[in-house]
Amino acid sequence: MCDDHEYRDCQHLLDSLSDYVDGTLGEELCAEIEQHIADCEDCRIVINTLEKTIYLYHTSAEQDPPPIPEDVKARLFKRLDLEEFLHF
Amino acid sequence: MSGSDLKSELDLAALRAGDRAEFARLIDAYSPRVYRLALKMLQNPQDAEDILQETFIKVYNALPNFEGRSSLSTWLYRITTNEALMFLRRKRPPQDSMDETFGGEDGYEQPRQIVDWCCLPEDELMSEEARANLDAGIQKLPEGLRAVFLLRDIEGLSTRETAEVLEISEAAVKTRLSRARFQLREHLSTYYAERLLNAD
Repeated sequence: MCDDHEYRDCQHLLDSLSDYVDGTLGEELCAEIEQHIADCEDCRIVINTLEKTIYLYHTSAEQDPPPIPEDVKARLFKRLDLEEFLHF
Repeated sequence: MSGSDLKSELDLAALRAGDRAEFARLIDAYSPRVYRLALKMLQNPQDAEDILQETFIKVYNALPNFEGRSSLSTWLYRITTNEALMFLRRKRPPQDSMDETFGGEDGYEQPRQIVDWCCLPEDELMSEEARANLDAGIQKLPEGLRAVFLLRDIEGLSTRETAEVLEISEAAVKTRLSRARFQLREHLSTYYAERLLNAD
């Protein structure tokens, strides 16, 4: 990932990257990461692909089909003896 | 609609008293989320349906004693997650999976895939096959990481809500979420790197 002398920096920052991409990391660590990735292309790629990974899962969840098929819902109401209240 | 909106619209006293119409409203409000969580946890529609039914039977039976110390949605997510995790544990022995191989006790192993696939076109990143691969990635996660990832990044719960659902600390949620995301990044990187090669 990084040269040997930089490796410890990368490892140290790895713990913070999830918070960093969420925007919940403290200013000091943010600055440290930004300073590091200015010189470390590998870490930049890791951050970009981590952000993209999260984005793809969020987008995929938003595009999921309606999560409960009507027949599944109907069987649930039947199992609970609530068929009279079933509305689609 | 968020869990807190739903909570304010449902009549908790009626639910505790066994009001069937109000319970049907609760099912209308929450069953899509319960089913989706179960489906993503188990990746099998029949198993997810079993969890859906078991969850609402448990909820109905426990409602008279529900004290409201956590929100209804947190409570429902907790029951669903516990049911799904118990189902998985009954079904197979504990996994010796990426949880152990990626990172170890100190947290993280170095990322292995250093390929910038972000430039791939959106239709390739989100093709039908790629979306199936997203689900496959979730399925490969160890159960404990999977639950945290689904609650935080798919269901959109906060760190605090996720901690309440799973009855773990917020620090543990953050650590597990981070590990889950890194494992998924590795999984997606392997897949998209191949597409990148094919595109050249």
